[in-house]
Amino acid sequence: MNSIKLEKISLGYDSRLVLRDLSLEIYPNEVFAFLGPNGSGKTTLLRAIAGQLQPSNGVVYLDARRMNEISPKALAREIAALEQEIHSSFDFTVREIVELGRLPHLERWQRLSQQDRARITRALTLTGTLEFADRPVQQLSSGERQRVWLALALAQEPQILLLDEPTAHLDLRYQIEILQLIRRLAQGRLTVILSLHDLNLAARFADRVALLSEGQLLALGTPETVLTPENIERVYQMRVQRIALNGSSLVIVPAPHA
Amino acid sequence: MRHRTTICLSILVLLLLGALGVGLSLGAVPIGLDEIVALIFGRSGDPTQMLILGQVRLPRLLLAALVGGALGLCGAVMQGLFRNPLADPYLLGIAGGATAGAALTIALRWEIYWGAVPLGAFLGGLFAVTLVYRLGQTRWAKLDNYALILAGVALAALFSAVTSFLLYYYGGAGQDLRRLIFWILGGLGGAQWLYVGLLALVLFAVGALLVLFSRELNALSLGEEMAAHLGIQPRRLRRALLTAVTLLTASAVAVAGTIGFVGLVVPHILRLIVGPDHRLLLPASALGGAVLLTLCDTVARSFLPPTELPVGIITALLGAPFFLWLLHWRAARRAPGVSL
Repeated sequence: MNSIKLEKISLGYDSRLVLRDLSLEIYPNEVFAFLGPNGSGKTTLLRAIAGQLQPSNGVVYLDARRMNEISPKALAREIAALEQEIHSSFDFTVREIVELGRLPHLERWQRLSQQDRARITRALTLTGTLEFADRPVQQLSSGERQRVWLALALAQEPQILLLDEPTAHLDLRYQIEILQLIRRLAQGRLTVILSLHDLNLAARFADRVALLSEGQLLALGTPETVLTPENIERVYQMRVQRIALNGSSLVIVPAPHA
Repeated sequence: MRHRTTICLSILVLLLLGALGVGLSLGAVPIGLDEIVALIFGRSGDPTQMLILGQVRLPRLLLAALVGGALGLCGAVMQGLFRNPLADPYLLGIAGGATAGAALTIALRWEIYWGAVPLGAFLGGLFAVTLVYRLGQTRWAKLDNYALILAGVALAALFSAVTSFLLYYYGGAGQDLRRLIFWILGGLGGAQWLYVGLLALVLFAVGALLVLFSRELNALSLGEEMAAHLGIQPRRLRRALLTAVTLLTASAVAVAGTIGFVGLVVPHILRLIVGPDHRLLLPASALGGAVLLTLCDTVARSFLPPTELPVGIITALLGAPFFLWLLHWRAARRAPGVSL
């Protein structure tokens, strides 16, 4: 089992509430995307699902357990999360970074076992980073680096993967590549919860999406049902059109005088 | 990886043995290395040489190695903890606190009690860091690093003012505060076997503990949030590591004053050579610090015999230009990888 349930949670920093009274469930092994404008609470919500931010009200459940009753280390064996911006302050190699994914599985005095090394190699292979495993991570392109962070998360062997805008700062090709990779990894083995800005990418790669607006859940369901021109206009205050192309529908913003 | 670790650490151990050998041989009265070997194996028994080596040079050299090791190790941990290659063991005001503590004990004429001044320095250092730590807490773990550094800078100024006041007031009243210079510049002239034993105990105990946290320090270099996602509790980690570093640094400062530059330069240089992995960097920095301070103290003793320079002057005199050259050479070779 690897499901998440949010029960009437309110989230905020200090006294400022970012999300109010939100309930939703994320099913095992689905790819679930949070959508919404800047400041709609996507990152905050992901932080709560990662167990890093305690709701001021309500409960987050991981399967049937209350999230706040699970120790941080045990949680890191089940949930891997990547921040939107990750920097390495020192010049570590790719392999050294990915090795850190084994931390939740090791005691302080334990060395990496043969099995740990196999897991690390597997994570490197799955993400196509094995070929530059011994290069410093700071020398890689942003697309390559994004795959390294993904390898780190996979080395944790999580049941649930949280990604905050994994396509930010990537060019078109890398955006598609990384999402295809994530989709392939999920394939009935992993629940993936991510935030995205691009509605069409979400429609293409997510099983279900949630549309957030000003800290509230506006719509929830399949991309087809959620990403209607009406919903999008309400959230983004932008007129959009939905067009059909090769059997899938695309949301586009027409030019003002077209 | 395993091979590289063994090779790097072996080279550093050999360098340390070499530095100790040179240090034993050089000084106001030079003693040849062959004579030292003969003394060690009991084939010669010159009592003067025995006395110089056993009671003067050896404890002093070992103390230099231990103090250097402590500073190198603590510097590496602080740089990792603050994710900043410019951090050093004195970042949180331990130097100012220790100097003020020593100044106070001397001003109050407690100097006559054995061990009072080192103890005063030790407690002063602990007090300063505790104060900085208390004042540097913020609601957000993410901001703690900045708040801590700022609190450290502010309190360093405060402690420096206290020291200056004591110097001015009691110095004006005719008290001899020259010994205070020792804490400000740092020196190993006060070496005793007892200090060697105590510091060795603290260094090996705390060092072993710190090495256990290497992987967590590695994880911290990805930021506190990512470290938390890996199951680490960054605040607890920081508290544990700062406590350990403070104890070790305060012990070193108590016996040798505030020797600058070792804790900054050594981890920095070694990171360029052995890489940033703290599993190797921490022991390497300890050994590198030991080598550097042993050599610097030898220079301090033999540069202008029979006068002896405070070793802090030598570490800065040698360390600063070398550090600058290294930065320049690195900048010329490739774009800066480690943000400064």
